[in-house]
Amino acid sequence: MWEYSEKVKELFLHPKNVGEIENPDAVGEVGSIICGDALKLTLRIDKETDRIIDAKFQTFGCASAIASSSVLTELIKGKTLDEALKLTNKDIAEALGGLPREKMHCSVMGREALEAAIANYRGEKKPAETKERIVCNCFQVSEEKIRRVAIENHLTTVEEITNYTKAGGDCGSCIPEIEAILKDIWSARGAPERPKKPKKLTNLQKIALIQDVIEKEIRPRLQADGGDIELIDVDGNRVIVGLRAMCAECPMGGVTIQGIQEKLRELVSEDIVVEAQ
Amino acid sequence: MSVIYLDNNATTAIAPEVLEEMSPYLRDLYGNPSSMHTFGGQVRRKIEEARARVAALIGAEADEIVFTSCGTESDNTAVMSAVETYPYRRHVITTRVEHPAVLNFAKHLARKGFRVTFLPVDKFGRLDMEAFSGALDDDTAIVSIMYANNETGVIFPIPRLGELLRERKILFHTDAVQAVGKVPINVRELPVDMLSLSGHKLHAPKGVGALYVRKGTRFYPYIIGGHQERGRRAGTENVASIIGLGRACELAMETLDKEAEYLGRLRDKLERSLLERCPDALVNGDTEHRLPNTTNISFQYVEGEAILLRLNEYGICASSGSACTSGSLQPSHVLRAMGVPFTAIHGSVRFSLSRYNTEAEIDRVIETVPSVIKELRALSPYGREGLIINASSGGLHGKG
Repeated sequence: MWEYSEKVKELFLHPKNVGEIENPDAVGEVGSIICGDALKLTLRIDKETDRIIDAKFQTFGCASAIASSSVLTELIKGKTLDEALKLTNKDIAEALGGLPREKMHCSVMGREALEAAIANYRGEKKPAETKERIVCNCFQVSEEKIRRVAIENHLTTVEEITNYTKAGGDCGSCIPEIEAILKDIWSARGAPERPKKPKKLTNLQKIALIQDVIEKEIRPRLQADGGDIELIDVDGNRVIVGLRAMCAECPMGGVTIQGIQEKLRELVSEDIVVEAQ
Repeated sequence: MSVIYLDNNATTAIAPEVLEEMSPYLRDLYGNPSSMHTFGGQVRRKIEEARARVAALIGAEADEIVFTSCGTESDNTAVMSAVETYPYRRHVITTRVEHPAVLNFAKHLARKGFRVTFLPVDKFGRLDMEAFSGALDDDTAIVSIMYANNETGVIFPIPRLGELLRERKILFHTDAVQAVGKVPINVRELPVDMLSLSGHKLHAPKGVGALYVRKGTRFYPYIIGGHQERGRRAGTENVASIIGLGRACELAMETLDKEAEYLGRLRDKLERSLLERCPDALVNGDTEHRLPNTTNISFQYVEGEAILLRLNEYGICASSGSACTSGSLQPSHVLRAMGVPFTAIHGSVRFSLSRYNTEAEIDRVIETVPSVIKELRALSPYGREGLIINASSGGLHGKG
């Protein structure tokens, strides 16, 4: 069973804004029953202000597809079209409290439906009507989509592309081509800038990351000066440490603690407060 | 809320009688069956009793039973033993609808340079007999074909296949993990050389299985080490679980006929009622030759994981062949091999019953499923006219 966040479970069981707006101003349809998930988004738009005043969805798909669609409608209501277009699949996933990595394609589907709906309103061609080169025939994923999703989400492996777009997830014959596309993207741009730390950590993840940073980043530097550190406890954002060896008697202990705090804030969480035992 | 467990092809509850028989061997009687002293010897005798009980259920002799850790180990052992003992034969035959224990092992052998034939099935999940006959050649080391399919319950014609293979003197293994304890199997009459079974599919614990190896069959152990299992499977025995498996087989033998009738009746009621109450539902697979406890129903327009999670809210446990329940994005390889349309595969749900299911539980499921399907269909963008329904697909169809 997938580990879904409480928000995903809630919106799956009690989705909001289900249905179809009668005579909608915009319609966005993506996915297909063949692929296993599909989303139809209908919008009511205030033509004076270009603001989305109502949004409804119909989704064929799993729990995360339904929850992604539902949260999408909540996120875009009240926004202008230009504001809504700034919404990324990451915003959808984050609003859900995260998605299993294999289900990230559900958030991408939400974003695509929104784009399709706005394009429909503005009289632009739907992506399906433009001549995009299909890379994954099983799931009808274009090169353009792979490039866009890879850049926006800092994806560097085929597995990640599959999780976000489904491309390469069936027969696998397009995998070499996806690899070539990724190589092309990142050789031209350099290594993707990845966020230095995850935005949301569970308690266990946070403790594990604190331990890891202390072991790999902090302790070696202290030991180089004849000192050492021991992690005593983690209580919420309070990290209690004991300075050992030379550090224990060092008159600059306060500065050392401050340096440790800065490093943990940089690599774990900005809210970390380090205290010496 | 009480749980209604209809996922017995995944695993079963341990029978109380089984647990009771195992219990002393988890507490007080902890001797090593290989030890020379009496404390270990009594455990050895109990293992031999279990071996006789397992053998009795399938009509084998006790020394034809090798205890393993699970069905997968039994399957891997059988196929590996064949290619080890017939090294000059480089061809393996299996089907496209096997359990991954055989399917992926065969793919592993293919990567190692073996020629592997994956036999097709028809829209009802039945083996293509022409393809079967055409695949056999003098280079074939082993044919491994499941007795009954875990997803659809479809039973293959193992006696007929075995006769053809015996004429050709080709080794025959059947993965009978889903069939043992559910349908009568007698290896005295069944022309197979090896047969796999698994404890947790018939109310014994997880982590124990057995491989039947017909006397005179060339055999090479897969796990090599000590002298346990007469050198055919090394490693200290999983004593309590083996004893549990023995008791579970004894129970199955006592109740098999009556239970098959009971399960078949409940299953048929469930199936019939769901087809009546849910438009655009259909049964996947051959409904004539299948296990009495299994039905695989596709609810078109809706997706399997969503169905399962909604049913979970009502305490109903089942499983699905939809892609979304796995990380692979590929829906059931079994249903795909059968040519079931994607519209149906994505919404497939397997209900598999056991002796512990009651008619009241089935009634609750019959009441619950249609409303869940209706709710999810109300969420779906697909109108009925938008569906691609392949009328030529196999199986029973519901109203609509």
